Amino acid sequence: MQLFYDDIDEPGLNTLSVYRQKQGGYEMLRKALAMTPEAVLEELQASNVRGRGGAGFAMGRKAAFLPKGDMDKYLVCNADESEPGTFKDRELMQKNPHLLIEGMAIAAYAVGANRAFIFIRGEYMHPADILEAAVAEAKDAGLIGPNMLGSGVDLELWVHRGAGAYICGEETALLDALEGKRGNPRLKPPFPALQGLYRGPTLINNVETLMNAPIVLRMGGEAYAKIGVQGSTGTKVVSVSGCVRRPGNYEIVLGTSSREIIEGLAGGPPEGRKIKAWFPGGSSAPVLPGTDEYLDLPYDFDSLAKAGSMLGSGAIIVVDDSIPIVDVALKTAMFYRHESCGKCSPCREGTNWTVKMLERIDNGEATPMDLDIMASVCDQIMGNCLCVLGDAMAMPVASMIKHFREEFEAHIEAARERADLGAAVQTVNRDSHAGQEDMLAPTGADPTAAVV
Amino acid sequence: MAIDPTQVRRFAHGSRVPGWDEAADLTKDPAVVPDPATTPVPDDLRDEIERYMVRYPDVRSASIPSLHAAQRKHGWCSPTAIEQVACVMRLTPAYLVSVASFYDMFATTPKGAHDVYVCTNISCSLLGADRIYEAMLSAAGDDATLNVRGFECLGACDIAPMASVDGEYVGPLEESDCQTVVDDLRAGRPVLPAKQLRFRPKAETLPLENEKAPE
Repeated sequence: MQLFYDDIDEPGLNTLSVYRQKQGGYEMLRKALAMTPEAVLEELQASNVRGRGGAGFAMGRKAAFLPKGDMDKYLVCNADESEPGTFKDRELMQKNPHLLIEGMAIAAYAVGANRAFIFIRGEYMHPADILEAAVAEAKDAGLIGPNMLGSGVDLELWVHRGAGAYICGEETALLDALEGKRGNPRLKPPFPALQGLYRGPTLINNVETLMNAPIVLRMGGEAYAKIGVQGSTGTKVVSVSGCVRRPGNYEIVLGTSSREIIEGLAGGPPEGRKIKAWFPGGSSAPVLPGTDEYLDLPYDFDSLAKAGSMLGSGAIIVVDDSIPIVDVALKTAMFYRHESCGKCSPCREGTNWTVKMLERIDNGEATPMDLDIMASVCDQIMGNCLCVLGDAMAMPVASMIKHFREEFEAHIEAARERADLGAAVQTVNRDSHAGQEDMLAPTGADPTAAVV
Repeated sequence: MAIDPTQVRRFAHGSRVPGWDEAADLTKDPAVVPDPATTPVPDDLRDEIERYMVRYPDVRSASIPSLHAAQRKHGWCSPTAIEQVACVMRLTPAYLVSVASFYDMFATTPKGAHDVYVCTNISCSLLGADRIYEAMLSAAGDDATLNVRGFECLGACDIAPMASVDGEYVGPLEESDCQTVVDDLRAGRPVLPAKQLRFRPKAETLPLENEKAPE
């Protein structure tokens, strides 16, 4: 079953006329405006759609947190898709921009917001051009703007381009960036629903989440909730990349087996190769080994959380057995070091030292004890910062050490031999590290929380 | 021993710690909001910035779009560019420098006119992005009009390894494509039209690739 991808390649779907003709465009907005905002909100809550950006928080519940009343409220669409491995919003926005605009108009009406912004990452120039053209078209047709469709409700909507910073996918950093500042995360609470953009109540949702709004209204919330599995309703666009034969976006019903996505839809790894590890939800998600136990997991929010990882932004990165896991850990850690905004010390310093320790491993200067130090650094980052960027490095790196410790140790030994440093002290007394094994498991932080 | 203590890299001030890139000049007074009477601003730039300013309840929100406009006009966020934006928006230059220096797409030092961002993040690097980056650097040579740099995930792992050439996403790249990219840019042609992402249909309609592994 596909809600987004069936006719996404329809020529001209990004124009208003084709969108209206093929998908009954903006009829759901008309329907919403005829209902009360409370009724629209109830439909969204009944659908049980969970956020598609990373944290997986129920969209309807988040919207219901906004206070009632006629103060200035804001709707922000998070289109700063920067999570490595994720590229679903790009394709959705580029091919079907009006669905997003309609979804935003519906969500804004439901929460009583009359100013909305689409914060799109600066690198997405082509999708941003298409969105801007679509917004202009919708404004000219009177679909959004003052007095939407003659209902007396106003909505001002602008596309705001960012300038290249991963941290701006974090909702409060995004708000700072939208206010024209450096993108630093804010202390929570207060949550954006109470005090967000310009200190007003703000609803922030991912592109794909907002695109679900018109679909929920068309199907009815209860009918929508029947798609998928308990706790994970609806369909999800999954970005599959890395060592697979056909990388790309695939729309699946939540609860489909992970093997079906990786080996069925994406074609699995190249011939003769095996899946060594995979990130189930972008590079911030703890990695899972490519064993049957994990590959047979249903792809939904709760199953992946129970297996010690997370669905995150729905981006599967496949690593095959030709790639050394240390290289994967180093690339991942270097990314977070570069993107750490520097506000909180555990993240700023922890990401930096993790990179240095991984480089030591590659240079043959490390001993197996460095793995324990690295795990303890990861442990001290988790849960100790304003946002989860640091956790987003700690979780995958700690999980790689947990699942592939033997390979790390072999890599250390081989590198030491290359560097002619002699064997490291082999016998680490594990008993004297009692309790430290637990550090390797990413238990310190809520695995469902993530930067987009 | 692999490590020779005399070979430890030291920075200009003798320390192993890099320190600040550029020291602040403590004898200078902080720059104030530029005086419109003495700060010439090109009309088109002023118009564009003012159009951005009216979109938001707080004019500061326009700083990122305005810096984009100034960078397009001046080639980089030069002191002149920053001063002009500051003058129109009635902000201090220091505030705008703090914003410009935070974001990867703003250059606070002179750069080439054409941006070639080669993605070197995880999905692309699994498929050989580092070799593509090297090849792109050597194809560009010492051409100062090309700003070739490695970049974090650009959100196009379906065409990995890929690059963004003046905003146009192209991939999957082979090492031999890098020279074509550079030639296309120099000739002012569309870059690698056959590999542009904007024309890629949804993945399900594409054939499976038989061999994708890097050698």
